Amino acid sequence: MKPFAFARPADAAEAVATVATEPRAVFLAGGTNLVDHLKLGVARPDLVVDVRRLTSREITDTADGGLRIGAAVTNSELAADRRVRERYPVLAQALLAGATGQLRNLATTGGNPLQRTRCVYFQDVSTPCNKREPGSGCSAVGGYTRYHAILGTSAALPDPTAPETCIATHPSDMAVALAVLDAQVQVLGPAGARTIPFAELHRLPGDDPSRDTVLEHGELITAIDLPPLPAGARSAYRKVRDRASYAFALVSVAAVVADGEVRLALGGVAHKPWRASRAEEALRGGPVADDAVRHAMDVELTTAQPQPGVDGGNGFKIPLVTRTVVATVRDLTQETQA
Amino acid sequence: MRLTCTVNGSPQQVDDVWEGESLLYVLRERMGLPGSKNACEQGECGSCTVYLDGTPVCSCLVAAGQAEGREIGTVEGMATEESLHPVQQAFLDAGAVQCGFCTPGLLVATDDLVTRSLAAGAPPEDAEIREALAGNLCRCTGYEKILDAVKLAAQRMAAR
Repeated sequence: MKPFAFARPADAAEAVATVATEPRAVFLAGGTNLVDHLKLGVARPDLVVDVRRLTSREITDTADGGLRIGAAVTNSELAADRRVRERYPVLAQALLAGATGQLRNLATTGGNPLQRTRCVYFQDVSTPCNKREPGSGCSAVGGYTRYHAILGTSAALPDPTAPETCIATHPSDMAVALAVLDAQVQVLGPAGARTIPFAELHRLPGDDPSRDTVLEHGELITAIDLPPLPAGARSAYRKVRDRASYAFALVSVAAVVADGEVRLALGGVAHKPWRASRAEEALRGGPVADDAVRHAMDVELTTAQPQPGVDGGNGFKIPLVTRTVVATVRDLTQETQA
Repeated sequence: MRLTCTVNGSPQQVDDVWEGESLLYVLRERMGLPGSKNACEQGECGSCTVYLDGTPVCSCLVAAGQAEGREIGTVEGMATEESLHPVQQAFLDAGAVQCGFCTPGLLVATDDLVTRSLAAGAPPEDAEIREALAGNLCRCTGYEKILDAVKLAAQRMAAR
């Protein structure tokens, strides 16, 4: 492992100032992803700044009827919170669908959405990867693409040598739920505090696949706010994977069904948690029978670019994610009627 | 750094620790506690599972600098002078151990599962056991005897 210095600042402001003044500094929270990347050489910082104790570990009720989740709240604690289980089942289900008990006990609310892609080429420092080494190319194109993106991919496809090319997916289950819940991200940075709508936190690869989020260097997530759901809303998370537990999503769906409104976010299909706005628009105010949901997903997926690959490619994700959305919405609407 | 923490109930102090090394390395190489095993080093296999402030974690993913001031429980802390811990005895009795490399992590994870389940009022069911132990890989046994051992441990711990 490349040596680095380690800092334990006294508070969040000092942590932000410390990282801001050192270009090759990173924040360390739960460590489940970063400590692994330090060992693999995927992350090579000069300074690691421990923030685990520096943000709130409380979940508090907000004036508008929602919840504020401190960034240090662990995934296990969040999934076990009675208010989360009762009011935001989609979030509790997503959390419990991710990783293992040992990892959820370490992983934090602030860190989970910032975990990096599990693209095997990103994690293998011997292969070219535009996300890890900007400009080196993309090894995933034409390689193993089963876990890769079909939506929001680079315009440069299928050229694997272009510096913009990236077909990585975002791996977090929790983040898909936060996207459907219209969560708000509280951030402290060198220029002060700001709030970022969760849907705008993550980027598409665009012209710089190395950047996963819009956070500037030195910006630290301090809390995530959940606005209240409409009265009577139902929500659920459904994840499809290659084995029953402890695997990343092939596709996943976070859904909220309320009176006259369906909200959908998709995992495993894009560089970011994918809010299916076109499908939502197609369903607005209308019936939510299977046919309508299927049609809405056809609209959502008109721009999908399934990837060929040595493993047979990932075109299967188009029917798979459609069926998963249909089944999830059907369960929620039948629950409402029952 | 000088690392100060509590391990299996005893205060510990170790000098010349690099904050970037893993808690697993500190336990095995600096504190003489080789019970927690070093296998994947990526948080995937669970062989290094220890209690950290009362919850099981993969010690290979905990930077030593983050262990400062915390309470750690390892497999070495489970048995007493007189007897094995009921989870250990159940693994023996059920034949749930072959090469033994995954066993220390499974013992800690099982102890946590059974303790939490009994506190909530019921022994864990098969599906719960499978999910709770999803982060502990065994490449020898096929897990059937491990499931038997967990259920046996739950039965005995409930009777205590």
